[in-house]
Amino acid sequence: MREIKIVSKNFSVKDSHLLKTALKNGAYESIKEAFSKTPDEIIDIITQSKLRGKGGGGAYTGKKWCLMPKNPEKSFLVVNCDESEPGTFKDRYIISKDPHLLIEGIIISSYAIRAHDVYIYIRGEYYQFQKILQNAINEAYEKGIIGEKVMGHPYRIDITIHRGAGAYICGEKSALLESLEGKRGHPRLKPHSPQPEYLFGYPTVVNNVETIATVPYIIKNSAEGYLRYGTQNSPGTFLFALSGHINNPGVYECEYGVSMMEYIESFGGGIKGGKKLKAVIPGGASTPVLTADEVKKARLDYDSLKKFGSSLGTGGMIVMDEDTSMVKALKNLLDFYARESCGQCTPCREGTGWVRDIVASILNKEATMQDIETLLDVSDTMNGKTICVFAPAVSGVINAFVNKFEDEFKSFLKSVK
Amino acid sequence: MSFSFTKENIKKIEDLKKRYPNNNALVLPLLWMAQEQEGYIPLEAMEEIADISKLPPMHIYKTATFYEMFHLQKTSRYNIKVCKTLSCSLCGKDEIASYIKEKIKDNNLFAYSEVECLGSCHSAPVMQINDTLYENLTTQKIDKIIEDLK
Repeated sequence: MREIKIVSKNFSVKDSHLLKTALKNGAYESIKEAFSKTPDEIIDIITQSKLRGKGGGGAYTGKKWCLMPKNPEKSFLVVNCDESEPGTFKDRYIISKDPHLLIEGIIISSYAIRAHDVYIYIRGEYYQFQKILQNAINEAYEKGIIGEKVMGHPYRIDITIHRGAGAYICGEKSALLESLEGKRGHPRLKPHSPQPEYLFGYPTVVNNVETIATVPYIIKNSAEGYLRYGTQNSPGTFLFALSGHINNPGVYECEYGVSMMEYIESFGGGIKGGKKLKAVIPGGASTPVLTADEVKKARLDYDSLKKFGSSLGTGGMIVMDEDTSMVKALKNLLDFYARESCGQCTPCREGTGWVRDIVASILNKEATMQDIETLLDVSDTMNGKTICVFAPAVSGVINAFVNKFEDEFKSFLKSVK
Repeated sequence: MSFSFTKENIKKIEDLKKRYPNNNALVLPLLWMAQEQEGYIPLEAMEEIADISKLPPMHIYKTATFYEMFHLQKTSRYNIKVCKTLSCSLCGKDEIASYIKEKIKDNNLFAYSEVECLGSCHSAPVMQINDTLYENLTTQKIDKIIEDLK
């Protein structure tokens, strides 16, 4: 299996984060092409390319952009770089290895949606990478790539980095916007019909870093050029990533639809220490776990993972070997969720604590079968009853762990005499 | 105590105001600025931020207390934050955590805590000290990092 480098083409180039190097490697070449088209023509190309959001949800980018007004008084592009999903570290590669690719994507995307002010919301922990990105933005300003004009084109673009401060939930787009507005990161209610997001009352598009970084390739190579890769419903490539019990953890870009096992073996170099595979969390911690048997059958695309009751998520795979305790792994994840719940909805705020405590009692061999039933019962109560998908995701995680590794969970139960 | 932003920061704030459609957006950047200036965010700083952004002081307090990375109390000089989430946990976090704790025992320069995913799962186990990330930790690496900071 080979990598297909659309977004990652410059990752291994020395000093690729500097404008000088980036320009030698084709940075900003798509700008002229983009400005020779109307904003609507660009939206059409992105729609035809079937580009799907790469932050976890997989929504069609063109559909999001179409919701934006044609003559807005003001509108915004917000780039989501809050990358906090455990197992996910791809966007940090883009901002630290090829920040100019992101800026190029931002220029085209904001032109298409008729926005002039762009905010990149970056997680507080990424400060080192934020500095690299800020340097790239400064360079772009100095060279007239952004600012009052875009490389001579009379279109103003200002890019501002907005630093988050350690809240997982701010990766949820509406919580992110609340945070940008200076508030707690509490997700907003979702509209009943498709609508843009709103920042300070103005229509706004929120896109993931990788999604935006893919846009220049599509403009340069047309929608067909992008559709050459991947599957019908999962077109193109993705910065999949590997971590956990794997020989070569890292980010490896490849097209959607490849065999998951083959990906793990050829890029990851197999399981650490020659051990057997036990399970893989396919797309960041919030996607339901797959057993080794399922991993052998699964393909890395939206449809295939859906068939296994899971999802592609962020593409960040966490690999677990045969010696991993699934009870301990679930406890670890539930610690995470209990700490990161924003506290807005009761089923989530209380539920995440309860399920963590129950799994802790299983791990301590203090629980009975009744506790497992309670665990699944609480999990059910957390599903579909909250403002955002945080609690439903936790519910899916619990159900997959407990149902797929039922015997292991039962082996931890206190023997009832 | 009284609090005011430094002259340099006041200029930065004026520049920042131009970048947002609404001063409410200044809350997070100014909280960061106060923390960088003082090492933590005193109540007086929140009052000052309220004044600048024309928001009630409680709004600033409500926001500041939501975010894990804001310190509302003075902290040690070096805040060691060890990642405890799954990939790091699978790759030996427990061992390096006990090693670090032992190493900085009784040393006020350092504060130890465990945090959730730092977004560096491929180089697990990892930790952050203040804003610097340290990857692929081993006991030898930890020795050197801590010695260099002492």
